[in-house]
Parts: sequence; C-alpha cells; structure tokens
Amino acid sequence: MASSNTAVGVRLPSAPRGRWRWLGGTKGVDLIARLVTLLAALSVLVVTVWLVVDLWQKSSLPRHQFGFRFLVDRVWDPVFGHFGALPFVYGTLVTSAVAMVISIPLGVGAAIFLAELAPRGLSDTLTFFIELLAAVPSVVFGVVGVFVVVPWVRTSFGPLLKDVLGFTPLFQGPDYGVGFLTAGLVLSIMVLPFIVSISREVLLSVPVELREGALALGSTKWESTWKVVVPTARTGILGSIFLALARALGETMAVTMVIGNTPKIVASLFSPGYSIAAVIANEFTEATGDLYLQSLVELGLVLFGVTLVLHALARLLVSATAQKARGAV
Amino acid sequence: MKNRRVWAFLCDLALCVGLLTVGSLPGSGLSGISTAAPVAVPSPVLINAAGATFPQPIYSKWFDTYHQQHPDVEFNYQGVGSGAGIRQTTEKTVDFGASDMPMTDQLLADAKKNLGCDLLHFPTVLGAAVPTYNIPGVTAQLKFTPESLSNIYLGKITKWNDPAITGPNPGVKLPDTDIVVIHRSEGSGTTFIWTDYLSKVNPEWASKVGHNSSVNWPVGLGGKGNEGVAGLVKQTPGAIGYIELIYVIQNNLSYGLVQNSSGKFIKADLASVTAAAATANMPADFRVSITNAPGNAVYPISSFTWLLIPSHIPDGTKRDDIKGFLKWMLTDGQKYTEALAYAPLPKAVVAKELKQIDRIQ
Repeated sequence: MASSNTAVGVRLPSAPRGRWRWLGGTKGVDLIARLVTLLAALSVLVVTVWLVVDLWQKSSLPRHQFGFRFLVDRVWDPVFGHFGALPFVYGTLVTSAVAMVISIPLGVGAAIFLAELAPRGLSDTLTFFIELLAAVPSVVFGVVGVFVVVPWVRTSFGPLLKDVLGFTPLFQGPDYGVGFLTAGLVLSIMVLPFIVSISREVLLSVPVELREGALALGSTKWESTWKVVVPTARTGILGSIFLALARALGETMAVTMVIGNTPKIVASLFSPGYSIAAVIANEFTEATGDLYLQSLVELGLVLFGVTLVLHALARLLVSATAQKARGAV
Repeated sequence: MKNRRVWAFLCDLALCVGLLTVGSLPGSGLSGISTAAPVAVPSPVLINAAGATFPQPIYSKWFDTYHQQHPDVEFNYQGVGSGAGIRQTTEKTVDFGASDMPMTDQLLADAKKNLGCDLLHFPTVLGAAVPTYNIPGVTAQLKFTPESLSNIYLGKITKWNDPAITGPNPGVKLPDTDIVVIHRSEGSGTTFIWTDYLSKVNPEWASKVGHNSSVNWPVGLGGKGNEGVAGLVKQTPGAIGYIELIYVIQNNLSYGLVQNSSGKFIKADLASVTAAAATANMPADFRVSITNAPGNAVYPISSFTWLLIPSHIPDGTKRDDIKGFLKWMLTDGQKYTEALAYAPLPKAVVAKELKQIDRIQ
C-alpha cells in the first residue's frame, strides 16, 4: 500500500492557499464535506481520550493504594482487598502470542494462495467462507472450544505435544484441557479471517505491472510472488496482523470459557490461566465495595495500556521494515 | 445546479432535525397531539428492579403473574448480578434491588447515606450448593464430611483414596487418582454460599481464603456459570465441583451428600433446604447466614436470597404497589416456588417479614 503523491493525477483548478488551506477552501460543498469528515475523525479521538480519562478517574482508589505494585503483584484477593494485575497481563499476552504464532503463518499463507495462486472463482468462494468465520459470535467459538477443542487437547493434542516437546518447560505438567494452549488455539481460529481477508485484498491491490516485470525478468511465478508482490504488500499484511492481535488481546467470552480462569503465572502452556478481559467480565457484576470495583476498572486501563504499547511497537516495526525496504531498492 | 440540490437537501435535513427536536420537547404542541389520542388506557406504573441472577426465573414468574392480576403495575427486573444490584439500588437508578448475599455493615451504611433511609432485606426463596464429581468407575452417591470438602478445596487432600474421603464411604472403591478442583470463575451467589460454608467449618479456610462472591482460590480451575462447572466436571476425570441445587434438579445430575452439624449425611432437596431456614436463628434485619445450621434434617450448604427495599419510598403509588407485591409474594407467591425448584420460605420467616413490610413508608 505504498502510495505516492505522483499517483494523484487531478488537482482542483483553484487550489486554495493560506492558513486555512487544509480546510479545502471556502467552496460550499467542499467546506461542508471537509467539516463533516473532520468531525467524524475527531469523534474517534474524543471517544478514545474520554475513555482513558474516565478509566483513569474511576480507578483512583487502587492507583493510590497500590501504585505501581498493582502491575507486578501476583495476588488477586477480593476477600482481603489485595489486588494485582500481573497474572492477568501474563495470561493475556501468552494466549495472544500462541494465537499469533499459529494464525500468522496460516493466515498469510492462505492469503497468498487466494490472491496469487488460486483460480479467481475458487478464491472468491473460499474468501466468502473465511469472512463468514469473522461473523460468528465469539460465544459460539467458546462453545466449540469447550466441547471440541478442550477434549481434543486433553486426550490427543496435549499428549502428542508432551511426547514430542515435553523436554521444554512449555509443555510440562498436568493437562486439564483448559488453559493457555486451548485459549490460544481458539483465539487463532477467531483472528484468522482478519489476517486472511485483509492480506488478500492488499496482495490483490499490488499493481499487475510489478508481477509482469518480475516475470519478464525471468523469475518464476513463486519468485515473483514471494520476492516482489509480498514485500510490496508487507505494510498492509503487518496491518492485518496487528488488527488480529488487537482482537486477540481483547477477546473475552471465548477465552473465559476455555482458559480455566485461574490467575497463575506458569511457563507450561497446559496450565490454566486468566486474561484481563475475562476477569473483568467475570467479576464486574458481582463486585461489591469500591476498591474491588475500581481495581477491575484499573485492569481495563491496564489492558488499554498493553494494547497501546503493543501497537506502538508494531508501528515502530512497520516503519523500520518500510525503511529497510526503501533502502534495499 | 448540483450545489443547489445539495443545499436544498441540507435545508430539508435541518428542518427535519428542527421539527423532531421541537416535537420531543415536553409540553410542545406536536407531542401533545401525538399522545392525546390513546388516553383511554392508563399506562401501568413501571417499577424497576435489578440484581441477583440466581432467583431471576422465580422473580420473572412472580412479576409476570402479579402484573396479570394487577394490570396497573409492571415490574422490570434486570439480572445484572448481586453486586451491581446493590450498587444500582444505592445509587437510586432502580426502585429496589436483589442480592444473593446479605449486605455488609459498610455497604448498608453507604446505602443509608445515599438513600437517606434504611435498606431493608426481604428473604424471598432459598438456594443451595451441592458437590458434584466425576470419578472413573464410581457411580455410588458419595458422602462428604466438612473436613474432606474444605481440605479438598484447600488443596490438602489431593487423591480420591484419601482416608478422609474413603472413611465415610465404606464399600465404595475409590481410585488413586488426582482430584481436580473446579469452582465458579465469575462472581456468584453460589460461590458465596459455598465459601461461607467452608469458612464456618474450617478455621484455616476462614483465615486464609474467607467468603465472598469470588475469592482467591488456593487450587483449581474456574468454569463459567453452573453449566460451565457441570461441563468441566463431566469432561475431566477426577474432578469435583459445586453447583446450584436448581441446576442439578433441572438437569438430573447426580451429586454427593454432605454431613451436617448433627453428624447426619443429608441429600440436598427442597425440604432439607427449607429446614435449614427454619432452624436458623433469624435476626431482626434478616441478614443471616444459614450455612451449617443446627438440626437433624438440615442440609448445611443453604442460603436465602434477598430483595433490598428502601424503607422510604417517596412516590406514594410506587410505595403501595411494592408493598402490595411483597405481601402477595410472601403469601400466594410462595406456591410458585417449587415448580421452579426453589425451596420456599418457612412459615415463621414469612410471618416476620410481613411485619417488616409496615416499615416501608
């Protein structure tokens, strides 16, 4: 999606000048269109800022009482009013990581096949079904997780992993079926359509001339795909991955049904865990007492922070790879 | 040309918005016209309530039946959870609330400050939590002692063939398998009953874990809702969990017996749960825990669920309607409970509550 200014062909006959140029001049409709779209864009900003301010204000009690300890404390005890977020942050990151490890190769691979290699009819049909997957409510994924994935992990997949990879700390200990691994598996299926359908669109939008040029220089179909088309679409593919990551971080219903809901920090992926979104959904309605409730609100703030940090890192990564790509040309 | 059409459209839009705004203003001519016609049928008084989800089926039944008998009152109950119910009642966003746990002194004081009056507890029905398990090769109904249950949940008993479990179950061959402890993941009244009971029978539990709608569990996995716990227990060999009695009755699940304070092993059913409410020593404000209640026929892991009604309701119509409903609920209404598998209130409690209705001014 490398857009350049030279591609923009037409300029308005009377390009406005001066300080208010960005408003598009004072020509009736243009001005209104500008203002309306500006308002729409600003509303996103306003909602985001308002959200942060609100979360910040409504979590003042635990912020003052626990300070930064809230982020590194491992105990979550509503009875004795002792709250720490670390096990939930850990669970959120681990399940999302598992989901991304599985869904990135699958999703990008599927997108390349659908955009570059499959016949158009097959590609459109498959894409339709993949996008249908995105429309399935998350509670349905949770139910499938409970009745299909959990028993499968406990009886087949878990023992297999233990046999093959049991020497690593990631695959040790008792396997109940519910836990980080199962939550990650269910999440990977849920985020797959985001990666596939956006990556496919991005790949399709790469100009045909680039492919033709590569083929004309004697590269094979795969070489033109892998060395020319995919690098050109890299930024868009990364964008799809970040969207998928954001979904994985915030997913609530499906995760809480299969993660085991135990705030623990254990290396083993078989272990039950807990995620931020899951604990908020589980405990918010029954929370009595201000400190308890506000600690849950602060967890929401922490989740926002985690998303923000990951997104910032993602941006850095994108700009770094974009620069590298530019340097390589 | 084009510009003019757009301007015309925008003018239309502005006009529509303007008219709508004017129309929705109270007392304006337009709204007067639209609402004047159906004056023949008076709209019913709408009373909002919110709170516990456990008694929601019986509350819906009650509110619905009462509305049919008294078309001029309509109740709107939202099952948002006990904590949210207490909060919304305290903040006056609903007319009254409902909770599976009695409010603490602190919460009551906050409510009094906000409402300017007391918040009265009215027990409505009874619930109970029962232990359910999945041990490969064992079909017998197991008997649990307070010691075995609390130590299983503390993580001190880890095998099914532990003497504390096999002792009361002679003749049942229990395997040498690990116990997988399952609890509710979300805050719930069932968890409150369960942990309240464990706190009473085991001092270590009381000091280390305590009781609440959700606690810091020493061991185990969390399942979401009764169905989540039942599902996990069913799927996991060696699992034990606790489930709300109604869910167990409606789904025909098997469950264990629990030893009460008189040393008898009791199967939870509507009679043994109501018995617990009858023998409990009822304080004036009805905030009572009836777990581990005395008596031979008492099931020890039982509890009331409460409606929370402000003692001062300024709106006279609403006040009379709520008082009327409470009277009906405590008398005629109780006969609907057993069909929905809720244990009804004992007679003595009903008599005491009827007196408390007069405190609502």
